[in-house]
Order: sequence, then structure tokens, then C-alpha cells
Amino acid sequence: MTTAAQEQRPGRVRGRLPRTLHPIAWWLWAIGLATAVSRTTNPLLLALALAVLAVVVSSRRSEAPWARAFKYYLGMALVVIAIRVVFRSVFGGDVGIGGMHVLVRLPRVPLPAWAAGVQLGGPVTLEGTMAAVYDGLRLGTLLCCLGAANALANPKRALRVLPGALYELGVAVVVSLSVAPQLVESVQRVRRARKLRGGPTRGRHALRGVAIPVLEDAFERSLRLAAAMDSRGYGRVGGASPRSRRGTAALLLAGMLGLCAGAYGLLDGSAPGLFGLPALAAGAVLCGLGLALGGRRVRRTQYRPDPWRLPEWGVVVCGAVPAVVFLAAFGAGVAALDPSAAPLRWPALPAVPALAVLLAGLAAVIAPPPVRSRRPAAPAPVEGVRDVGRVRATDVAA
Amino acid sequence: MIRFEQVSVTYQDAPGPVLRDVDLTVGEGELVLVVGRTGSGKSTLLGAVNGLVPHFTGGTLAGRVLVDGRDTRTHKPRDLADVVGVVGQDPLAGFVTDTVEEELAYGMEQLAVPPAVMRKRVEETLDLLGIADLRDRPLHELSGGQQQRVAIGSVLTAQPGVLVLDEPTSALDPTAAEEVLAAVTRLVHDLGVTVLLAEHRLERVVQYADTVVEVRADGTVRSGPPAAVLATAAVAPPVVELARLAGWDPPPLSVRDARRVAGPLRERMGDGPPPPPARSVARAPGATRLQARGVTVRYGDAVAVRQVDLDLPGGQVTALMGRNGSGKSSLLWALQGSGPRHGGTVSVEGRDPAAVGAAEARSLVGLVPQTPADLLYLDTVADECEQADREATGTAPVKAREVLDRLAPGIDDRLHPRDLSEGQRLALVLAVQLSAGPSVVLLDEPTRGLDYPAKRALVDILDLLAGDGRAVVVATHDVEFAAAAADRVVVMAVGDVVADGPTTEVVTASPAFAPQLAKVLAPLQYLTLDQVASVLEGER
Repeated sequence: MTTAAQEQRPGRVRGRLPRTLHPIAWWLWAIGLATAVSRTTNPLLLALALAVLAVVVSSRRSEAPWARAFKYYLGMALVVIAIRVVFRSVFGGDVGIGGMHVLVRLPRVPLPAWAAGVQLGGPVTLEGTMAAVYDGLRLGTLLCCLGAANALANPKRALRVLPGALYELGVAVVVSLSVAPQLVESVQRVRRARKLRGGPTRGRHALRGVAIPVLEDAFERSLRLAAAMDSRGYGRVGGASPRSRRGTAALLLAGMLGLCAGAYGLLDGSAPGLFGLPALAAGAVLCGLGLALGGRRVRRTQYRPDPWRLPEWGVVVCGAVPAVVFLAAFGAGVAALDPSAAPLRWPALPAVPALAVLLAGLAAVIAPPPVRSRRPAAPAPVEGVRDVGRVRATDVAA
Repeated sequence: MIRFEQVSVTYQDAPGPVLRDVDLTVGEGELVLVVGRTGSGKSTLLGAVNGLVPHFTGGTLAGRVLVDGRDTRTHKPRDLADVVGVVGQDPLAGFVTDTVEEELAYGMEQLAVPPAVMRKRVEETLDLLGIADLRDRPLHELSGGQQQRVAIGSVLTAQPGVLVLDEPTSALDPTAAEEVLAAVTRLVHDLGVTVLLAEHRLERVVQYADTVVEVRADGTVRSGPPAAVLATAAVAPPVVELARLAGWDPPPLSVRDARRVAGPLRERMGDGPPPPPARSVARAPGATRLQARGVTVRYGDAVAVRQVDLDLPGGQVTALMGRNGSGKSSLLWALQGSGPRHGGTVSVEGRDPAAVGAAEARSLVGLVPQTPADLLYLDTVADECEQADREATGTAPVKAREVLDRLAPGIDDRLHPRDLSEGQRLALVLAVQLSAGPSVVLLDEPTRGLDYPAKRALVDILDLLAGDGRAVVVATHDVEFAAAAADRVVVMAVGDVVADGPTTEVVTASPAFAPQLAKVLAPLQYLTLDQVASVLEGER
């Protein structure tokens, strides 16, 4: 395997060591690509972005359960496209498009006068349907960006990078994430038990018989978890004085206000100049100070913290480039980003944006390979093996 | 290491203290076994060591508990995390993270241990407990024994001097329990950790203990060398009971010690066939109540039950044994009709419980699931009984309260089901299920959390059920219980029935399955104490 990092740092690393990339790097990469995708409805560019996502996910995801999530996001993207097309056909989105090629005529439902501009049924044109497909594809690709981030980075590990002041928030999320499946299991168990007693398992009457044991169970479980966390030292250093707590809150509040004002100033061109970047910067600084002050009282260490090294920067750049290119192209009004569906013709592939999307795919090479355990993965051996094969193929291609 | 000085604990609204004037000193590196009946205050005693009692549970603690010089009055559990490690019954309930390695590190992160030290300790602990190959596995995928070892490891990484284990093996099968206990004894011997251990099945641990602390019903405690305390304790393992019967003093604590003194006893017993076990109600095998042919249950690719044939005659108690995941529960649920069944037939009184509705199925076959409390949802025992009477639509319904009074007399109508003891709650659920008048009764792991007297009471209950002519099946890990309760033992492994026969034959056939008494008296085939007692009485 030849890799970009090897080329970047000749002689220093011979064959890269597998490790997990910093989760934040993956998230930034995915957000960058999502920003780019949100600016185009060009199906070729979108398909290219999907391909890039698929390649990166399949070559750089780990063996963990959440890493298998990407295919569900792909499924969801298809559903989004289907919903978009159906809605457009039924609610007659074709009005403004002026499509020529009628595919099918749905029976028209007359609507009262106040619903002007909305029509139910009517002709469904090829042009209108294609426009809906493009639009759905954009939404679907956005979803897949999110899915890729989820599959590549452990969401729980991402929470661990939260600043100390927000640690409790992270713990709450982690605990609730692990409690949810237990609750589902508990409901299933109790419903089975209800059946044993001959009682109904659905409907209003079943509610009490199911809800009470489940709630009692959940309550006991959370008490036991709390006891376990307490006896393992959780919250050992909560020595914050009321003054410092108030200070933290005030700083965070002021910071948030600054961020809001800054965002408003940036979005609304008519706002006074002070509202724009200066307010945003001031808000960010105040928030940072608040978090630092709040985090000072928390003394805790982190086991095997994820390092932030060159590959992390590389991956972030790979995601940032398409975002910048697309935003610039959108600003410059490049027509190929938003191809018209009427008249319908084969969309052009703009060279620079396409290259930018391909660049995002470099992340698959820049990121270090994921750690694969030597044990034969018991739950999904077939899939795992197949994935390894695919990785090799794409690496060679790259 | 640990000192209790005149400690009394009283919970709110309780009639009297749970612990009374406890004076106890535990030295460094000792393995202390805490014994006592269920609800006697064992957990309170253990919880007081790291301050969970009273800081977390509420109640009033009089006196003083000192751990490594720290007073639990001024130190909360979290401040003692580096001195005392606590492991509970259900490891899964205490896990905070989701993979083995992170779970091991969690406590150290809270204690702000430097990252380099953490890394080293995690590696050491992985090796110490033999879980190195599980390091990046998700916690919920592990088996019970593995989970419990991870739970022990996760408190050990903080390097506490004291380890408190509250019934760590009660939810495990014998092999997994052995794994955990072996790990614990290794910690005591190799690291000199002080261990306080509460355990129901004393026969597994008593030979490793340095001291036994008995918590008595009135809340007082008595501590001393194991043999001395157990000789008179309210709960005792079968070998000690045998020693009391045979008059061995001091009582041997392990099968090995017992065999060395049992020679004369074996000669006294003679070569004759052992008498049948004494029953509170006589059993007589009757007509077949349930007939199952080729029962198959599968979950995806995994076959849980593979073409099992089973006939259950009335008036007989069958123990269904096998390790966790061998298909016992799946078979019971399939026989009852509410669980999945992917092949084969089940016939009770000419009907298939899976084909008729849930209400009719329970009048044919009654099942008590592993967590009986799942069936209960009302506020008082009386309400539950009345509701059960309303739900019973079978051909021969009986009043649930009457059944309950037969099974476990004297339970107050006004009590909340949650406030009953494990044994009483089991009896209540059994009464609810019996009120529909099923001729077949299935119990899934009923001995969980029961102490010796409660298990004896359960054996009597099963005698009653079988005496009424019902067919009874008990899925259990507990060899001692199976030996005392069952006429027939069916052993399952990976979905197949691998042994099926009279209890004596099956359990004495292999040393792994034999109850302690059979091991001591082998080659004689005695299973229960009352068999031995009746022979010895016959002599006189």
C-alpha cells in the first residue's frame, strides 16, 4: 500500500500504523462536504459526492457496531428521494416548471379558492419529476454526510472532547445512549410476561401492566448505576464555589449573545457593521473563557486521548476545500451547480467543483487505517472480510 | 483495614435496626465471607464499608466505620473510591461506558490518575483477570462471567485495598461463577487485597474464606473462623449440614476434607440402595400431561433448541439443566406457546398452546419467567390476587389467594409485592399463574436470590404441585437444588438434549454435576440430607 502520508514524510514512517483518527476531524470533514453538497443540485456532482463518501467509509471505518450504520443512511436517502418525488407529483409542483413531457395524468382534485397556488393531482411531467429527484438527491446526500461521520467516528468518543465544564452533559448523553437499548429490552421482556398472564399486550389496558414494571425496572437500574458511579469516584471534585459558578454562567451567557448577534450580522447585510465579525469573535472569546473557568474546577484525566496530528489536519483540509470551492462557485453564480430540469438535458460536470469533491476522497488515503482486531469478528465475519477486500481494491485504485 | 465500632443501622419506617451493635475488625489481605438469610442485612453491612450506607441509601448509622483510617461519616463513597471497590450482583447495571478497556479506565479517569499510569494499570488488570482478549469488545456482548470479571477489573484499576463483592455470582451459571471466584481468590493471594464477599451458594466459596461473618436475623453479627461459625449458623453449605448430622467436629468445609473423614460414615450407610428422598407430599408419576415432538427454536442462524422431544408426566418434577445459552429458556417459552417455535408440535390435553389464545394457553401451561416481578404491577398482594382471579378464564380456575396460602402461608394482604422477599414474591407469581388451573407448570431459574431455607421451602412447594398431579419443569443451574427437588433431570447443551434420566443417575454420572453430598459419599448414590438422616435413624 502506498499512502499519501508516506509520500509526505518520506523515510520517517514506513507503512503507517493503524489507529483511529480523531473523531472531531471526521466530523469537520463531513460538515465540509455537507456544506459543499448543500449548494448544488447537479446530480453528477451529488453522485460523485456519494461515491466519495462510500469509498471513505468503507476503507476507514472500524469494526464497531456504529460503523455499520452507513447503509441505513443510504436507505434513508432513497426514502427521502422517493418522498420528494411523490409529494411533487401529488401536489403538482410542476406548475412553475412548465414541463413538456407528460408521464401520467393524475386525477385533479378541485381546491377552494383560498388554496390558490396549491393543486392536488394533475399532469406529472418528466421535467418536474427529475427536478424532484435532483432536490431529493441533495437532501439524501446531506444525510449520507451525517451518516458517514457517524460511521467513521464513535459518537461517544466525540463527546469526550467536550471541555471539562460540559463533562456532565457528555456523561448524561452517554448514559442515556446506553439506557435506551436496555429500556427496549425491558419493554419486550415485560410484554412477553404480560402474555404469560393472559393480559393484553397492546392498547390502553395493557399500558399499566407494561409501564409499571418497566418504569420500576428502569428506576432501580438507574439507582444502581448512580450507586456504582458514586462508589467509583464520579463527581469527586465538585468543589466549585457559588461565585465561580455564577461567573461561568455570566460569561457563557454573554458569549452566546455575542455569537447570536454576530451570526445575525453576517447573514443580514443591512445590519450595522459592529454586528458582524467583531461580535462573533467577541462572543467566541467570552464562551471560551466561560468554558475554561468552568473546566478549571474539574480535575479528571483522559484515558488514551485521541491525538491531533498531521493526518487530522489533512482530513479537515480535504473537507474544507470542497466547502470553500462550492461556496465561491455559488457566489460567482456558476450555472452548472444548479442545472435546469426544463428543458431537460444531460447536466454538465463543472471541472473545479468535481475536482474539489474528489479531493475530499483523499481523506480515505490520508487517514490512517483503522485498527482491526486479530480475532475473527464473530457477529459479522462475512461482511468484515468483504470490506477488507474492497479496501484493498480502492487503495490500489487511488 | 476495616473497623466497625458499635455500628447500628436503622432505615426509615423500619420496626428495628437492620444491624445492631456491630463490632468487627477485618485485617489486611483477609477474605471475609458474609453469610446470613436473605434480608438479614448482609447488603447493609457491605454497603456501610464504602459509605453507600447511609450516604446513598438513607437511614441512620450509629457508631463508626473506619476504612483505612477514613471515617465514612466524613467521607462519601466517591471519596473512598481509591480505597474501596464495590461490585454488585448485576454487572451490566453498573457499567458507565461501552467497551471493556474504557470501562476499566473509567474509575481512574475520575480519580485523575495520570494517563501513562492508567495505560499501564489497564494492561495489568486485563492480564490479572484473564480478559486481555476482550479488550475492545462491547460490554453487552460479553457473557455473564466475563462481564462480572470486567466489573471487578474496573474497580481494581483504582487499586483499592478493599474489594466488596455483593453476591457476585448469583446471576451466573456454575462455570462462570467458578471463573469469577477463581479470579477473586487469585486477587486475595497474589495482591493481598482485602475482600468482603456475600454469597448465597456457600459451597462454592467457603473453603477459601479466612473469616466468616454471620449476620443474624436480629441484626447482630458473629465472626470467627469458618468452621466455628458455620457449625451453628442459620445457613450452611451441604457438607456442613452433613457434618452436623454425622457429628463431625469441627465440620469440614470442602468436599476433599469431608471425604477424608467420611470413611466410617460410608461404611455405616452400607451398600444398600439409598431410600427415596423424603417428600412433604407423595409423588406418583401419572399420565403424560405434555407431549412435545421435534421442538425447534432459532434466532436467525443460531439454533437455540434443536428438534427436542419431551414427554412430561403428571406428578413428576423435571429439572432442566445446562449452561447459560444452552436453550433452556427458549425451550420453556416454546412449550408454553408464547415464545417463538419454528418447528415441531406441542400437545397439552390435545391442544397446542401456541395455537390457542394467550388466555387459554395459560390454562394449559403456566410459566414463571426468570424475573417474576415482571408479572406484577399492582400495589398490594390482595389486588394482585383479585386481578389474577379476574384474568383466570380456564376450565378449572382456583382463587389465587387460596393457592398463595397453600404455597406460602401468612403473607399480609396489604403488602406491596416489591416489599416481599424473593421467595414470597416467587410464591405470589406462582399463585397468580396457578389460578388459571394449568396442568403443566414451568419455572425458569426460580432459585435466583434464594437462600437455603427459601430453597427448601421451594422444594416443598414443588412437592405440592407435583402432588396435585401437575407436571413441573424447573430450569436451574443449581445442582444442589435439582438433586433435592427433581425426580428427573434433562441436560441441554447448545440446543440438544444430551442427557435425560432419573435424577440419581444423571447427577451422579459426572463429577461436575454431582451435588456435594454425592461427591462426599460416592460411590454411594445419596443426594439429599434426609436420605442420609433416614438411614442413620433406621440404624438406631
